[in-house]
Amino acid sequence: MANGVAEIRRGLKAGKFSSVEITQDYLARIALHNPALNCFISVTDEIALAQARQADAALARGESAALTGVPLAHKDLFCTDGVKTSCASRILDNFIAPYDATVIENFKRDGAVMLGKTNMDEFAMGSSNENSYYGCVANPWNTEYVPGGSSGGSAAAVAAGLALGASGTDTGGSIRQPAALCGITGIKPTYGRVSRYGMIAFGSSLDQGGPFARSAEDCALLLQTMSGFDPRDSTSAEQAVPDYGAALGQGIEGLKIGLPQEYFADGLDAGIGAVIENAIEELQKLGAVIVDISLPNTGLSIPTYYVVAMAECSSNLSRFDGVRFGHRCDNPTDLEDLYKRSRGEGFGAEVKRRIMIGSYALSKGYYDAYYLKAQQLRRLIKQDFQQAFDSVDLILGPTTPETAFKIGAKTDDPVSMYLQDIYTISLNLAGLPGMSLPVGFCDGLPVGMQLIGNYFNESGLLNAAHCYQQVSDWHQQIPEAFR
Amino acid sequence: MSLKTDDVRNIAHLARLHIDEADVDKYAADLSSILDLVDQMNQVDSQGVTPLANPLDATQRLRADEVTESDQRDKFQGIAPDVEQGFYRVPKVIE
Amino acid sequence: MSEWESVIGLEIHAQLATRSKIFSGAATAFGAEPNTQACAVDLGMPGVLPVLNREAVTMAIRFGVAIDAEIDHHSVFARKNYFYPDLPKGYQISQYELPIVGKGRIFISPAEGERREIGITRAHLEEDAGKSIHDKFPEQSAIDLNRAGTPLLEIVSEPDMRSAKEAVAYARKIHSLVRYLEICDGNMQEGSFRCDANVSVRPKGQEELGTRAEIKNINSFRFLERAINFEIDRQINLIENREEVVQETRLYDSERDETRSMRSKEEANDYRYFPDPDLLPVAITDEDIAAIRAALPELPEQKKQRYIDQLELSDYNAELLTANRETAAFFETALVSAPGQSAQLANWILGDLTGALNKASLETSESPISPEMLAQLISRITDNTISGKMAKEVFESMWQGEGDADAIIERRGLKQITDSGAIESLIDEVIAANADQVEQFRAGKDKVLGFFVGQVMKQSQGKANPGQVNAMLREKLKT
Repeated sequence: MANGVAEIRRGLKAGKFSSVEITQDYLARIALHNPALNCFISVTDEIALAQARQADAALARGESAALTGVPLAHKDLFCTDGVKTSCASRILDNFIAPYDATVIENFKRDGAVMLGKTNMDEFAMGSSNENSYYGCVANPWNTEYVPGGSSGGSAAAVAAGLALGASGTDTGGSIRQPAALCGITGIKPTYGRVSRYGMIAFGSSLDQGGPFARSAEDCALLLQTMSGFDPRDSTSAEQAVPDYGAALGQGIEGLKIGLPQEYFADGLDAGIGAVIENAIEELQKLGAVIVDISLPNTGLSIPTYYVVAMAECSSNLSRFDGVRFGHRCDNPTDLEDLYKRSRGEGFGAEVKRRIMIGSYALSKGYYDAYYLKAQQLRRLIKQDFQQAFDSVDLILGPTTPETAFKIGAKTDDPVSMYLQDIYTISLNLAGLPGMSLPVGFCDGLPVGMQLIGNYFNESGLLNAAHCYQQVSDWHQQIPEAFR
Repeated sequence: MSLKTDDVRNIAHLARLHIDEADVDKYAADLSSILDLVDQMNQVDSQGVTPLANPLDATQRLRADEVTESDQRDKFQGIAPDVEQGFYRVPKVIE
Repeated sequence: MSEWESVIGLEIHAQLATRSKIFSGAATAFGAEPNTQACAVDLGMPGVLPVLNREAVTMAIRFGVAIDAEIDHHSVFARKNYFYPDLPKGYQISQYELPIVGKGRIFISPAEGERREIGITRAHLEEDAGKSIHDKFPEQSAIDLNRAGTPLLEIVSEPDMRSAKEAVAYARKIHSLVRYLEICDGNMQEGSFRCDANVSVRPKGQEELGTRAEIKNINSFRFLERAINFEIDRQINLIENREEVVQETRLYDSERDETRSMRSKEEANDYRYFPDPDLLPVAITDEDIAAIRAALPELPEQKKQRYIDQLELSDYNAELLTANRETAAFFETALVSAPGQSAQLANWILGDLTGALNKASLETSESPISPEMLAQLISRITDNTISGKMAKEVFESMWQGEGDADAIIERRGLKQITDSGAIESLIDEVIAANADQVEQFRAGKDKVLGFFVGQVMKQSQGKANPGQVNAMLREKLKT
């Protein structure tokens, strides 16, 4: 079957198949494989088929938008009007969103079909998808392994061919890390590029939506739809969106790519290091110039990130109080009991840990030592990148220090889980765009390479990734069980 | 930095989270190890560095003062746990 | 027994008169059905985001400019975190470290001829909470979030006031100012203008401040005065009985005229303020401030000075006329129709009109007598059409809705007789009919003149000009 968004679009336009046909095909694949993978929390068959019929009617009239008839999946933290939006949390298990996120509106505007809502770590807090009220997602390359997180369901769905593409969100690596672990392509754009309106917040100054797909070319198409200024989001960038598709295939002759020494130091799995080296050689063959650089404050990014993210989430999650929506405990004896039990029952352990650390870091007498300090270090981390981009066009490194790990391997030690994000989180702190693309395998598990761009240089990232994908086929690999 | 069980109880109260008494020790240990990680921030002297609250250092855009929303009470209250006569309800608050 | 000095600071919450809320496009109108003006943003629905209302910022700056305050070019919104059912997000978006309006000042006149400067520490923008109603259901509290997200300007004074009277004078001055600036409707019953008072006492002469209590729930100036006086007495009593004043929040109960401790708010507050990451710093340029300054209306202080300098009103009358914008506007409109009559107008407005309005509990804007009608009445006094006494009658009739002054004078035949021939013949009649009294007057009994005036007025059915009657009688009786 065709497995690229661009290819499906051509087929739909040419009338080779209908949107209803391919939508039914995907729904059938979901029905077959989701029980083993658990990547969907909700499958929206009826909506999907209705949208597919509309798409076919539009195509028949010769009216087609950018994604007309293309079946996609959405992370279950984008609000979808009339459809359960759970954030993989018990506290929102009964929450039918009363409105559409801007990203969802954009997909509807461009004619995409929604297959369902994907599993994730609860409130996007996690790097393995094990923190979901609905259970862990399995990695399609080996179902005993995690798919990464927090957008694990979206990544696994695309990797297993249960959707052509999917939306995700990335607060500290939640698009790039699962893309790497599942062997697909994913991009986190510049902070402010994709509207956060209707994207249930984890860390407001870090969160950014973005797409998953097999290829950079498909990511460009999906990102085009997701991007743009939104007057409902005060942090949305008032900047024109370039034509990402047009930027592809410009070549990378003479492109200066920086390798931060800190990203290839201790802690990086040797097998991953070797795979990345091969990819770098390929890029050099294409004309890229490799430059050694340093991002000296890389080591600070994890503590800094966790203070900022936890402080923001502790406040962002206060609205889940059992009063206006979501889970309310049975027979509350008084208001305090209502709050404490509704939230105590509704949130999982990792969410509670983060709310507590965040509350503590903001409390009287600790604000300066934690939150203010973290905001200062954040500027130092940003300055590292700004200096680097004075001399290079892109920065390159591994997406993760290890390939996918076994389900349950790190659940007892939250801190070791946090270290999975070492290469990804500094981008969120700085607000920079980054993407992960598959560049090989280690012991049968995919390896992701991260490309980092300067502000609003998504085109540069997509072009470099596309050039690499023209001379490699790692992004076209499909796990055997799902071919 | 290590947190005592009483600290955990106080923070849980501040955040209005019910925590089973049996789990308090585990939370104290987990939170303490996270705080140890966080304390690595002190390796760097950041005195005088301007805090960065927003990655783009952008400024606030202002909205025109226009009423753009209409009544959607029925829709919003359709997903509420307890409503009566248009009000949300909670156990009585004594002031 | 030592002498005590009370120290008072006020926190005033003025609801800004924007059409839509501070961070959402929902309406701010008062009195809608519960929760029909609470949109997804106001309800704190998952995923929603705030966008700041330009008009709220402009209004705050307008206030800042009017009190001569420092306006920061860089202002930040912060989250104040606490749980309460009428606070949908679990935090209130407010300002903490960088408020929009910095240090300023205002002058009050607590008594005639007195003038005191009161410092204003800061004024910041924030969103209002919803309403909790506790007597609607037997077992539950009812939550109405229509008010949630209404823009508030919180105006914090320095602890510069020394008596309840001064505190009231300050509160009235701020009330007047926000109405002049058209940034708040000032309606205290509807909660558009709310005062909290921080009260402490200390022995006279002591530098150090005593422990303060914060009094909430005061919804009129009268209650503000009473609540503060009650609290001062309570604290003095405690200290004199060697008990301690506790720092706490107290609620004013107007029915019992007392303050009492609010135990529910007593828990040590740890609001965990931090900059709201959903909102960016507000940048305010010098040009913004200059444009707002240029568009300011004439402020009460300036107006008062103009009344004294150009209209030759007394300090006292000028103060009273400018105490609220509506009264001053009434006065100025009337003055257009009755040029040069500022003193007469001031007397009528501050006397009869204010009296009648108060008696009927009406606002100046609701007066059945328009400024033009009052001006006409006064013109008829100055052109001698009617006497002062007749004017009172005409005023009363105008108040009852019987038309304007000319119509009433015409209909009731109230025109004065000023024709000297007509008056002379009346006088002649009276003199002829009262020979005895003429004798007495001529014998030196001046008092009898009053009798003659009365008789003439009676004959004229009260219409003769009393001044003319008086003068002409004297002439006639002498001869």
